[in-house]
Amino acid sequence: MFKRLNEIEGPTVTINIEGADVQVPEGETVAAAALVHHLGYTRTTSLSGAPRSPLCMMGVCFECLMEVDGSPNQQACQVQVKAGMTIRRQQGVGGTDA
Amino acid sequence: MPKSYQLVVIGAGPGGLCAATTAAQLGMDVVVLDEQSSPGGQIYRAITRTPADRSALLGADYQRGASLVEAFKTSGAQYWPQTTVWSLNAQHQIGILRQGQASIIQAERVIVASGAMERPVPFPGWTLPGVMNVGAAQILLKTSGVVPASGMVIAGTGPLPLLVAWQYLRAGVSVKAILECSPTNNLWRAAPRLPQALRAGDYIARGLKYTVDLLKGGVPIYYGVSRLQAQGNDQVEAVNFGWERFGIARQKTLSTNHLLVHFGVIPRTNLTRSAGCHHVWDRGQQCWCPQVDEWGNTNVPGLAVVGDNAGIGGARSAEHSGRLAALEAARSVHLISRQQRDSQGQDDQNWMRKDLRVRPFLETLYRLPDSLLVPSDDDTIVCRCEEISAGAIRRAVHEGHSDPNQVKFFLRCGMGPCQGRQCASVVAHMVAAENKRPVSDYPPFRVRPPIRPLSIAQLADLGGAEE
Ligand SMILES: Cc1cc2nc3c(=O)[nH]c(=O)nc-3n(C[C@H](O)[C@@H](O)[C@H](O)COP(=O)(O)OP(=O)(O)OC[C@H]3O[C@@H](n4cnc5c(N)ncnc54)[C@H](O)[C@@H]3O)c2cc1C
Ligand code: FES
Repeated sequence: MFKRLNEIEGPTVTINIEGADVQVPEGETVAAAALVHHLGYTRTTSLSGAPRSPLCMMGVCFECLMEVDGSPNQQACQVQVKAGMTIRRQQGVGGTDA
Repeated sequence: MPKSYQLVVIGAGPGGLCAATTAAQLGMDVVVLDEQSSPGGQIYRAITRTPADRSALLGADYQRGASLVEAFKTSGAQYWPQTTVWSLNAQHQIGILRQGQASIIQAERVIVASGAMERPVPFPGWTLPGVMNVGAAQILLKTSGVVPASGMVIAGTGPLPLLVAWQYLRAGVSVKAILECSPTNNLWRAAPRLPQALRAGDYIARGLKYTVDLLKGGVPIYYGVSRLQAQGNDQVEAVNFGWERFGIARQKTLSTNHLLVHFGVIPRTNLTRSAGCHHVWDRGQQCWCPQVDEWGNTNVPGLAVVGDNAGIGGARSAEHSGRLAALEAARSVHLISRQQRDSQGQDDQNWMRKDLRVRPFLETLYRLPDSLLVPSDDDTIVCRCEEISAGAIRRAVHEGHSDPNQVKFFLRCGMGPCQGRQCASVVAHMVAAENKRPVSDYPPFRVRPPIRPLSIAQLADLGGAEE
């Protein structure tokens, strides 16, 4: 579980993480928002279904894949939050048949 | 025809920023591409956006980035943030992804400054949620002021774990313990290189200061740690490890939900590999590096590599190497003469030589033992994407798949979304160990563009953009 060092200062946007509306700082990455929201794991693997969470935060490990606004396989550590965005954990390969 | 630019710099860390600033000041038309949303690279990440109090706790080394960015902004170089490079070839064609739109641009010259990544070291439990790289946790701190909510354990090797633990201490964030995983006898091998390292600047003094501050702050440091394990079902619940004191081996378990790990950094070579640059095995750094001359030139004409991307030298050396490559670029288009290049580059060459004196000491002190390079436990996952274990890789080698590329095609190891970034070096070390040959005999996986997955729609757009 992660927390913020300080109260949020400056502009925020509202996004939806796994069904909950949350306020997050503008410009934050989806991965940071998900971690502060105590999401625990952010995807499951397609083979064994094991839970995973962000490892590198710099775009090289692809462990942070999530569903953003319905599109699977988004690198949460590289995507910035936008007002009204919907974020979900990616189950397996993601997408409609997941 | 793709749009053409005189000089394209890939990466806006200290290396890329200094290259671009110098080249633009000399009159070149420069574009800098970076996938981040603001300049600074890994060390100075988010430097232009960090609130003053956070910047203060990150320390003076971090604040240095502000002046580099300032000089860059006034240099006249163009800056394209949130622009990911997905291909590079020897003809200087660069595939980019910008605002969801893929396209190809052409450069007369290219300076690759894409930096380093944290070295992947698989150990039992490293795929559990709650295990994160130390540098990754530092990215959360720098960019968002986000930190682990409960006492963390930091494990690994190298200077970064100490720095980040020290930054957490200053932020009032609880660090339960630091586990130093390099073998204790490294110290004796490194000692003869200490006098030279002391002449490189204040690196050693700073490392000692961090250590003393951490001990004073009540953070225990365990040395000679081995058999690191993260334990838990769906997330980390405890960390188990062996350690030594006065030559007596002990075992310890610490309960925690956060294990941060770091085993040094290695160059990100996927762009330089796909462009056809020669790479050489660096014995000191235990990794492959693009082969460059003193101006950053590679064997591919017009393509230079600078900063940690060309071999780990740290942020100060990255600045110098960036400026040297820019002088060479300006010379190649006849903006300056060879004599001007040589005389203007003199200072940077001298400073860089001085700065690099610390490296042999650090490389020996933090040299990874085979037990970390080659996972011994057969159940440990090596390829995180395709969930392939160390045991499966060893079996494949025994069955005759005796080079990394054969293992890759047989097991699909390295064929997932990360394209082998996390497992390539581990597979090479494992194949070498099984065959009892040096790892330098085993070039890692071949790299093919795109170096990051593109969607069908993005590829279709590309066809449209080219027409
Ligand atoms: C996570 C991490 C944290 C670190 N923290 C510190 C620290 O606190 N202190 C310290 O002394 N050293 C730190 N280092 C070491 C670091 O490598 C520095 O030595 C320094 O940042 C190197 O500068 P550089 O210009 O060579 O590369 P970098 O600073 O790494 O800059 C490379 C830039 O290239 C961009 N890039 C890479 N690939 C692409 C691509 N395909 N498309 C577009 N852009 C791309 C990246 O976004 C990045 O901005 C860290 C390293 C890592 C990996
Ligand atoms: S956390 Fe590694 S790619 Fe996002």
